[in-house]
Amino acid sequence: MSLAATSRRGRRAPKPSTVLATIAVVAVSAVVLLPIAIIVLTAFKPVAEVNAFPPSLFPHEWTLDNLRQVTSDLPFLRLTANSFVFAGGVTAFALTFDSLAAYALARMDFTGRRALLIVIIATLMIPFQATLIPLYQLVADLGWVNSYAGLIAPRAADAFGIFFLRQFFLALPRDVDAAARIDGASEFRVFRSIVLPNAVPALLTLGLFTFVNNWNDLLWPLVFTTEAEMGTITSGLTLLTGPSGIVPHGVMMAGSLLAILPLVIAFLFIQRRFIENIATTGLK
Amino acid sequence: MSASHPPVRRYRPPAPLGGRRHASGGLARRSAGAFAFLAPALIVIGLFVIWPMVSALRLSFTDASGFGREEWVGLENYVTVFTDPDILNAVVNTVQYTVLFTPAAVLAALGLALLLVNPHLPFRSFFRTALFVPFVISFAVAAFAWSYLIDPQVGLLNHWLGGLGIRMGNVLQDPTLAMPAVAFVAVWKLFGFYFVIFLAGLQDIPSSLYEAARVDGAGPWSRFRHVTLPLLSNTMAFVLVFAMIAALQAFDQIYVMTGGGPYGHTQTVVMEIYESGFRKLEVGFASALSYVLLAATLILSLVQFVFFGRREKDLSS
Repeated sequence: MSLAATSRRGRRAPKPSTVLATIAVVAVSAVVLLPIAIIVLTAFKPVAEVNAFPPSLFPHEWTLDNLRQVTSDLPFLRLTANSFVFAGGVTAFALTFDSLAAYALARMDFTGRRALLIVIIATLMIPFQATLIPLYQLVADLGWVNSYAGLIAPRAADAFGIFFLRQFFLALPRDVDAAARIDGASEFRVFRSIVLPNAVPALLTLGLFTFVNNWNDLLWPLVFTTEAEMGTITSGLTLLTGPSGIVPHGVMMAGSLLAILPLVIAFLFIQRRFIENIATTGLK
Repeated sequence: MSASHPPVRRYRPPAPLGGRRHASGGLARRSAGAFAFLAPALIVIGLFVIWPMVSALRLSFTDASGFGREEWVGLENYVTVFTDPDILNAVVNTVQYTVLFTPAAVLAALGLALLLVNPHLPFRSFFRTALFVPFVISFAVAAFAWSYLIDPQVGLLNHWLGGLGIRMGNVLQDPTLAMPAVAFVAVWKLFGFYFVIFLAGLQDIPSSLYEAARVDGAGPWSRFRHVTLPLLSNTMAFVLVFAMIAALQAFDQIYVMTGGGPYGHTQTVVMEIYESGFRKLEVGFASALSYVLLAATLILSLVQFVFFGRREKDLSS
């Protein structure tokens, strides 16, 4: 049936409004993808072409020099590993702690639940810059500057994740866990074996959000790390722009390519589910 | 499948009437159980969000510098926030940035969502992905790429626009163009997120409403004005507030592209917080500035709560 519908649609001449819409979307997509194209293509351009006038989009000659240069200028493997540990660590802790707290707020009955929820929603509105300075002092007092603990621990739980998962848990049907409880299942067992498996789309979406935001964050690693060795790939790239203000564009683009590659590849693999989950898990 | 099935729990006779109390425990016991679930998150948020908040409030009334003993200075820091010409410049710049960024990002997102909701559009899922990709790219990388594209000597975009007779010159050194440029990079990076949210909102509008409007003789504009917009108002409020809060916190791409220049024309409030707190070590002053930013954010969020009053009703459940 769907095949017949498709072929019928295929044969019908498109409406003029659809043609105009297509042209507009193609034009906008071209502008949106241009910086990504310039990153990828410039990364493989020889220096002479990068600084040539008139500039061109595609390299005439392809080279790996920029990639070699950036991996020798920066402790690249170390920075990438730091990014994975930082973003991955924050994601793992936040998903665990947020889902536990969200479960209690959505599914358990206890005194002070409503007040607690209001406090959590209130902290949702605090811009993290507002707490950055005392937070830095606290992390420094703990001796955690330039450590993974300092990067990860302050973000091991967050109000947005708790609120987001709570909304999702509220919408899950309750008859199965009521039955499990009557059968003597513990609250933790209901959480782990019934609620969590049903919350995979929400966990996946929140996990990607958390990972992407932390991987890409610039201010956070700039503040909590002072040694180049402990920075992330995102903060490390800013070291390439020297005090002279002269930017070796080819090297920058090669570094940028390496910085975005893991995220873009991961995103392209799961993009359909990710985008649909944003749409269906209560973010709209 | 049944062969690998785990051993089934032995049958228990159903609890007698009133036995549910036994299954779920008393309120005190349940509260203790709930606290075990909440404890890890509450410890993290209490230690790393609430405590620094309280601490920042105290510091904002002192001349703290991060070293030595701090003196109580009363409202002096707040007076400086509202009188220092550099800070007022940063506030004006942040408002200007918000005014440039928010409508552009929201209209681009809404416009593209309206185009992509059309089921006859070819390659919809490709375009949807393409428009969202910038959201997973960091502001820092976006800033490098756009800086190169608009470089006055070797920038490809400058070259192409020059071919069309548009001369941009050195955009990032131009006092009038630098701010629109850094705001544009934010639009590029963030609009895809708002676009996906709008798209979901549009897909939730029942098509029967459009058909009814069409039967009543409503044209495309009238259908948009009287069906789409009213039903999208919640989504719109949500996106607007998110976009404005993102604008108030502008930092990353400005730090990379202009460093606040030329001559402070792109210096924002968060840039000032970073510089006064971490470069000049005026910790007390930076804390006061942070609290002013917090107040601005709270006011915007309050607007959100007014808009979302209906949606938040389930909080009382």
